Amino acid sequence: MITYIARRMLQALVVMAAVSFISFSLFNYVGDPVDNMVGQEATLEDRQRIREVLGLEDPFFVQYARFMQNALQGEFGLSYRTKRSVTEMIAERIPATLELVFVSALIALGLGIPLGVFTGINRTSWISKAVLTVSLVGVSLPTFIIGISLIYIFAVNMGVLPSSGRAGTVELGGWKTSLLTVDGWRSILLPALTLSLFQVTMILRLVRAEMLEIMRTDFIKFARARGLPENRINYNHALKNTLVPVITIIGLNIGGLIAFSLITETVFQWPGTGLMFIQAVDFVDVPIMAAYLCFVALIFVTINLVVDILYFVIDPRLRAEGGH
Amino acid sequence: MSIRTIAIAAMMSTTMLVGAAHAEKVLRWTSQGDALTLDPMGQNEGPTNSMSGQIYEPLVTRDSDMVLEPSLAESWKPLGTDGWEFKLRKGVKFHDGADFTAEDVAFSVARAQAKSSDFKEQVKSIKEVKIVDDHTVQFMTDGPNPILPNEITNLFIMDKGWAEKNNVLEPQDFAAGEETFAVRNANGTGPFIVDQRLPDELTVLVKNPNWWGAANAEHNIDKIEYRPIKNAATRVAALLSGEVDFVLDPPLQDLKRIDSSAELKTATVNQIRTIFFGMDQGVAELRSSDVKGKNPFQDKRVRQAFYQALDVDAIQRVVMEGLSFPAGIITSPGVHGFTKELDKRRPFDPAAAKGLLADAGYPNGFTIQLDCPNNRYNNDEKICQAAVAMLAKIGVTVKLDAIPKSQHFPKIKNRVSDFYMLGWGVPTLDSHYVFSYLLHSKGSWNGTGFANARVDELTDAFAVETDLAKRDEMIAEAWKIVKDEIVYLPIHHQVIGWGMSTKLDLPIRPNDSPQFRRAKLQ
Amino acid sequence: MAVQQDEKKPGLWARLNDNDIAYSFFHSPIAMAAAFVTALIVLSSFGAPLIAPFDPFDPAQISLWDGKKPPAWEVGGDPAYLLGTDNQGRDMLSTILYGGRISLLVGFAAVFLGMFLGVALGVISGYVGGWFETVIMRLADIQLTIPGILTAILINGILRSVLPPDLRDEMAIYVVILAIGLSDWPQFARVARGATLVEAKKEYIQAARVIGLRPALVMARHIVPNVMRPVLVLATIGLALAIISEATLSFLGQGVPPTTPSLGTLIRVGNEYLFSGLWWITFFPAIALVVLVLAVNLLGDWLRDTLNPKLR
Repeated sequence: MITYIARRMLQALVVMAAVSFISFSLFNYVGDPVDNMVGQEATLEDRQRIREVLGLEDPFFVQYARFMQNALQGEFGLSYRTKRSVTEMIAERIPATLELVFVSALIALGLGIPLGVFTGINRTSWISKAVLTVSLVGVSLPTFIIGISLIYIFAVNMGVLPSSGRAGTVELGGWKTSLLTVDGWRSILLPALTLSLFQVTMILRLVRAEMLEIMRTDFIKFARARGLPENRINYNHALKNTLVPVITIIGLNIGGLIAFSLITETVFQWPGTGLMFIQAVDFVDVPIMAAYLCFVALIFVTINLVVDILYFVIDPRLRAEGGH
Repeated sequence: MSIRTIAIAAMMSTTMLVGAAHAEKVLRWTSQGDALTLDPMGQNEGPTNSMSGQIYEPLVTRDSDMVLEPSLAESWKPLGTDGWEFKLRKGVKFHDGADFTAEDVAFSVARAQAKSSDFKEQVKSIKEVKIVDDHTVQFMTDGPNPILPNEITNLFIMDKGWAEKNNVLEPQDFAAGEETFAVRNANGTGPFIVDQRLPDELTVLVKNPNWWGAANAEHNIDKIEYRPIKNAATRVAALLSGEVDFVLDPPLQDLKRIDSSAELKTATVNQIRTIFFGMDQGVAELRSSDVKGKNPFQDKRVRQAFYQALDVDAIQRVVMEGLSFPAGIITSPGVHGFTKELDKRRPFDPAAAKGLLADAGYPNGFTIQLDCPNNRYNNDEKICQAAVAMLAKIGVTVKLDAIPKSQHFPKIKNRVSDFYMLGWGVPTLDSHYVFSYLLHSKGSWNGTGFANARVDELTDAFAVETDLAKRDEMIAEAWKIVKDEIVYLPIHHQVIGWGMSTKLDLPIRPNDSPQFRRAKLQ
Repeated sequence: MAVQQDEKKPGLWARLNDNDIAYSFFHSPIAMAAAFVTALIVLSSFGAPLIAPFDPFDPAQISLWDGKKPPAWEVGGDPAYLLGTDNQGRDMLSTILYGGRISLLVGFAAVFLGMFLGVALGVISGYVGGWFETVIMRLADIQLTIPGILTAILINGILRSVLPPDLRDEMAIYVVILAIGLSDWPQFARVARGATLVEAKKEYIQAARVIGLRPALVMARHIVPNVMRPVLVLATIGLALAIISEATLSFLGQGVPPTTPSLGTLIRVGNEYLFSGLWWITFFPAIALVVLVLAVNLLGDWLRDTLNPKLR
């Protein structure tokens, strides 16, 4: 058990090291940072002074070591564009992204699981076939098309929901939330829906597949043979057994939600970390890009680590083998 | 925190919002990009200056027609050829209650001259600031500067005491390693006070009840809420759905749609900004061309061929939806030195252009790269695309590289672009600004390598010429040379379009910078 | 692409035909419709130079004065431009056909790259084992922790910034292929390794080993064909995802440039005109993209159900 977890931790560290190296190399490859910092009238001496202050004249590995040292302390320097602390900027925007991801996950689960169960049980019904086919549309529509269409329908044509932004936030102990006001819910609805559609399809299909597998197992057949009522078999026995893999997959899918929030946030101007990243790419604001990469990698690595450990706890076979 | 307190907090916030909506006049607006900083000397850039202008005030400002008008200075006059004297307004207070005095002016000039300031150019000519008394200052210049008042309309005055207290004696520098207080806090004399500042997300300004102009204020705004929306379609959607009252920069093609709505209106005005292409005539061989060993742009016939191949009327009608004016020189009406005569174009004539190319020795054209920004000017990338098609018709194969402005501009400044798009606004409203940056052989934005001894001489001369008639003659001569030589390929003068609610009354300004102190909301 | 595979790995289709794929295909109206639509789009896109009325990539053929024309059946439409023109005066129909070609090209090439890498590494890992397997599979694990689209944005961003700016537009399409392909391989590697492990335990492979056949030969001749079934399912779904990824990159302005637009680029440009009433500039490319991806997805879905009889 300890070796297994230790190995996973080591792997997580390797990922973080790799990502940090990539992040750092951004500084050296994406244009000359000094160009983005100085005003239009800067002289050559100004530039040279900034280069020296920033340590851009040092050898590559000296710079990398310094970057790592600061990054380990959660310090990524100042944004080239706003001249504010990058760590602080990301911290300010984390609540917006996490709430968006959270509400999308809720929508995805609330729609995906019941539909998955239904289509899994009523395999041959035409409704199931219709649901499955329609759900494919969900994965076939790129996120940005869904977003634009929703804005066009609900904000512009019907005028019932706001088209962009994050209105109605309330400050709760340093965490700005939009989940406590009507305005807040109104503005989170469209982006969350956009973000969740892809996940709804994934979860629906996963639950359905798991249901089908379970229905074939001996213990369900046995339950049927015993003459237990069909509903009890379906919901008490089958569904319960599908949930473990489903929950782990959902854990992993949180990563997907964060990745796609990049696009959703851009379309809806949702002030989260993804929007900040895309804006940073436009301005070649390397400190933000680097910090965002490290931040996202950290989230993924943590989620994976937790899921791996959960797997280990849940699935005894893994324990016997002591890993893969 | 218990669930109950959360619920109470939630209820309170909604009631507060509802209560506020009845009592206050709240102006909600949006644009593509937020101000980069609230430090009024940190970044010399349109949106940033515009935001500073609501909170801080200069000595001299411009009205809706760009005519100079008094702000913190009540009057000013030249001191012979040595400088200018400004009489300051009395009884003005900063937002924190401190008095505005000559000390603050001297301090602000010094701050603008600091190493880390982005406004050094505007105050370059000021050698010394003499404090005559609390409400009189003299700006002593290094030689005569006839246009000094024009140059300092973005020199915002800060309170010396506040700056000392908060340790912001100089604008933010990267050497400091951390954000300074002035980046997100402000203490001006202006009509609005910063209430909340979340960069790139939300900025709330509230009315300054103690503003010196409050007694006969033109505006009736209690609160201004600004949210940047980067995506153009989303920005327009916010206006159409009534979430904002004012969009600074709707795409030109959407103005018709905005106008067609009963609750919305648009306003347009000629902007002081001209869009043009630059061609590097200075290097011996172009970097991106298949012509080796010589530089085709050094041949005036090639430059003229390019000029006559560009169908600027088509660009105006189709790309710009009519919202632009084809240009004959690279500066706009309203800039001192501009004349209708200069603005006349050579005819669009692809056949003649082909002939000129053949005469110059390129009957089959050649290849070249066009560098273009994609997030700076109205339809910038689309204009470049159209130009690619037009030049293709005279046999020139153009490769387009359209990139964000942060990467495009360094190409021009570092002189690595052969052929590029640039737009030039003129905050001083004087031709000297254009010549010193774009046409003088040492101009920092002259990416063409154009070096003409006479133009250099004239530029240096009319910078200090105080005989205005003589000065005008020099400017006219310089423009004539530039036009005859076809140094740049002018395209058009930009038009600004604003979209707003019919409930809002806000005069449009040719520098694209709204003055909310003139805004009225029903 | 399919033809190439056919030549390289003879017997593949024969093997697939052994089971009831064909039967299932002709009894599934959805599969047939999807296959028909996919084939139609693929053929018309790759045949674009033959059937498209204009060449939208040739700037000398474009006239700005023809710009922003509505579809032929609308007021102000021009019969020469069936689906109208875009903001530059390019014929929408031709632009969509050429753009679809780029989207498909990127999709196929990226999936092929991911599949080639993944299958090669996966099969070798499964067959050879040892430290090679450990390294490759850990690498795959690591990459799988980060969602594909993010990896693609990242690789794309790094490759673009490493390239000299002058080459950026010309190389954009290869950069996108590389980015998507490289973000795709771990899935293939996992599946291929799994299938290899199963296959390698079978007697005939053991026998082949005993005779001393060259491992490369065993893998290429015997293992790869058997691995291809699940891989093909993955590839079909991967194709749909790759097309979406390309569109997303282009929509974010990080993909194919507007002078040689893909469907995603067309949608991005057209989106700017949505509110000004020029709906056709974004609507038709969006429909084309959605129909294409949906058809490919339906095919993949059907293929998976067919090749995985447990689920039928």
